[in-house]
Amino acid sequence: MSDSPIVMEHAEHEARPELRHHFADVEQQRNAASLGMWWFLGTEIMFFGGMFCAYLIYRRWYFEEFAAASRSLSLGIGTFNTTVLICSSLTVAMSVRAAQLGNRKLQVKMLLLTLVFGLSFIGIKGIEWHKKYTEHHIPTFDYNVISGEGSLVKGNEHLLGIDKVENDPVKLRERKVEIQQHTKIFYSLYFALTGMHAIHMIVGVGIFICITWMAHKGRFTPEYHTPLEIAGLYWHFVDIVWIYLFPLLYLIDRKPIS
Amino acid sequence: MSEHSEHIVSAKLYWLIFLSLIVGTVVTAWVATVDLGKYHGIDANTVVALFIATCKASLVVLIFMHVKYTSEKMTKAILLAAIFWLLLLLVLSLTDYSSRYDGSLNPLPSDFTAWLA
Repeated sequence: MSDSPIVMEHAEHEARPELRHHFADVEQQRNAASLGMWWFLGTEIMFFGGMFCAYLIYRRWYFEEFAAASRSLSLGIGTFNTTVLICSSLTVAMSVRAAQLGNRKLQVKMLLLTLVFGLSFIGIKGIEWHKKYTEHHIPTFDYNVISGEGSLVKGNEHLLGIDKVENDPVKLRERKVEIQQHTKIFYSLYFALTGMHAIHMIVGVGIFICITWMAHKGRFTPEYHTPLEIAGLYWHFVDIVWIYLFPLLYLIDRKPIS
Repeated sequence: MSEHSEHIVSAKLYWLIFLSLIVGTVVTAWVATVDLGKYHGIDANTVVALFIATCKASLVVLIFMHVKYTSEKMTKAILLAAIFWLLLLLVLSLTDYSSRYDGSLNPLPSDFTAWLA
């Protein structure tokens, strides 16, 4: 009698407080949670995909303006921030591994490092945005393509095709208005994409504060660490979005101007 | 109690993936400053940048996100469906916009313009 499936199931539910009553066993519960997260990430791909698509179409239409505006972003800061995010992905992977091995101390250490990297990324992003604010590159009423140090035209006259229409005042005026308006579209997309990414980072940091607390309390064991694992999936996904944002926004055209 | 079939990735492999991702980032930033030229109107720099990004994303998905080790077929099915959907959106939209007549992007052949006049 005691080895009948129902009795065994009951025994597992008794022994494992984290096992919800509507799941047959821990494995099924874990697979369901993981599957749910993957479905969610699928919808996230659709969400970011729409914005990426808008970006790619406008980039094709107004390539010269997008390239000039892209050159105004700091290549050094962008590269550095990408490595910061990659570091955070490593620490997340390592904390999941520590949970699998039952090493609570390493788990918490790696999660705290993740928070440090995540917050650093958001902070550096904030510095970049502030620079864009001082350069009048935020696409609002005081947006200005030729403001001071942030001038997108200076040095890019050839790229923007200004030299071609220099002798025709009517065409030159038309071109200047186009440059002002089309670079503004680049920055609208830049702030929409990096802004949505940053919101995802902030949500991720919030989730990982809870996860770190749970890890500190010893809630994760080699048998059960599903919350940590699926939170990790989300974090890695946000990392992947940035892996594409970095070349698309920062590296449109960095070639030396001949 | 059910057996746990979870795969534990070695720390060494995680470090290796991490190093590859860092190298990929540095290479992509550096190669962007080198003129790789244009082939059939396609900017080689953009192709290289997106290729490196896709390699990096694949490493993260396969190793960090454990897709390579999962026994759950549904995970792979969802992932492939999502990528397929994304490619449908991007490729079909871009073919549409790229094939429309546009004076500067898709100029008409010169003999056609002459015939038109």
